[in-house]
Amino acid sequence: MLKVDNINVYYGAIHALKGVSLEVNAGEIVTLIGANGAGKSTLLKTLSGLTRPKSGNIEYEGNSIVKKRVQAIVKDGISHVPEGRRVFPTMSVTENLELGAFLRKDKKGIQKDMEHVFELFPRLYERRKQLAGTLSGGEQQMLAIGRGLMAKPKLLLLDEPSMGLAPLLVKQIFNIIEMINQEGTTILLVEQNANMALSIANRAYVIETGKVVLSGDAKELQTSELVREAYLGGA
Amino acid sequence: MEWIQQLVNGISLGSIYALIALGYTMVYGIIKLLNFAHGEVFMIGAFTGFYGITFLNLSFIPALILAMVVCSILGMLIERVAYRRLRRSTRIAALITAIGVSLFIQYVMIYFRGATPEAYPDIVPRQNIEFLGIKFNSQALFILLITIILMILLQYIVHRTKMGKAMRAVSLDMDAARLMGINVDNTISATFAIGSALAGAAGVIFGMYYTSIDPLMGLLPGIKAFVAAVLGGIGIIPGAMVGGFILGIVETGVSALGYSNWRDAAAFIILILILIFRPSGIFGKNTREKV
Repeated sequence: MLKVDNINVYYGAIHALKGVSLEVNAGEIVTLIGANGAGKSTLLKTLSGLTRPKSGNIEYEGNSIVKKRVQAIVKDGISHVPEGRRVFPTMSVTENLELGAFLRKDKKGIQKDMEHVFELFPRLYERRKQLAGTLSGGEQQMLAIGRGLMAKPKLLLLDEPSMGLAPLLVKQIFNIIEMINQEGTTILLVEQNANMALSIANRAYVIETGKVVLSGDAKELQTSELVREAYLGGA
Repeated sequence: MEWIQQLVNGISLGSIYALIALGYTMVYGIIKLLNFAHGEVFMIGAFTGFYGITFLNLSFIPALILAMVVCSILGMLIERVAYRRLRRSTRIAALITAIGVSLFIQYVMIYFRGATPEAYPDIVPRQNIEFLGIKFNSQALFILLITIILMILLQYIVHRTKMGKAMRAVSLDMDAARLMGINVDNTISATFAIGSALAGAAGVIFGMYYTSIDPLMGLLPGIKAFVAAVLGGIGIIPGAMVGGFILGIVETGVSALGYSNWRDAAAFIILILILIFRPSGIFGKNTREKV
């Protein structure tokens, strides 16, 4: 479904992604784990078109999207839930969700999807009239994911959904991510919380200072000595 | 009862400031640029209305609409030609460019028609209407009515339409807005179009009310509208409305008390006070971020 081929991304003089290649197949949950500053978010931004690679190719459903604009990529079915949630703070929960469906014109479908988001996150329904900025961190994350779903994506890019959340809430969010996947949405999940991410993913890539250093089956990586030492707190 | 009449006069003057201030505040809200060419858009609006009335024999409302259309095109053009390429450069570069655009429009206008003032045709009857023993200037009431209609329309656009929601989203978080599939360039163009249309309307209203227009007329109302926008809280739409009204009432009050020489100074005293005591403006809040 998605094929990233040897992309190089620079921020000025900084070489942020050094020849990264990876693949995501339809129906999978693929996770990309790595430390702060390894280039995880940069990769997602490059996929959604916010950042341009200097070289390399990104193929999505057989077409190169590397030169496409963000809008076109959203329309193609890739939805990016950014790091730090980035909800629109002075707009209501409902308005935030509506903006997620900005490019869609099927009013009935939008209504149905909004109801579905409210089913996944009943808390959002309770707070649908509240301003997004007044929600708790966990609720904002739910809103960010819900807003991403409103675009009706085939591929959902999630950037650190666990960031700053209490363990119980992280568990809840990850359950919902699995649910979204079971409903047929392919997921590329970027995480620092490697343990959680590996436990729900099919496959995983480990990224270090802009390079993929390890990849494979998520369960195998979870037991691999190297990953355990570097990302799962040893033992 | 004279003070009620003065209040009405102040509100109608204030509504002109408010209309201009809205454009300032909307543009600032979306790209953090103080568009100092905005006063010149107001001037072009006044002249467009004038030419529409004198050469095309338009009545007031069609002239107003013509000025709004011309100004919205001008606003989009200014953004496209001068500001868009500076979006990633420093704010001071954009600000200096805005001042350059302002001078450019003033002197292009002087080059083509000279600097002599033009007398605005008396197109809306100037009568005194008596109500409960209070005399109201019919023009002042008319201005107020038009301003209120335009403001309601603006509120509707910003809060109910898709374009308005896109405008708010872009002003809150440009990259997040792009991830929603919003076309940021078009949204910024639309903001300039709407803000400039309001300035154009203010120009025609100003011409009708003060009867004299000239190519440099945009300077002082432009700066005062800027004060009004800062007073209300720059970037906040209701703030610009309230700021404009307050400024108009204060100015009229200062004149009514017999200090009409101090009229213009009042605006700047307000600016200084607000910058010292409440720099975020009446409606401004210190933004808090959740981690």
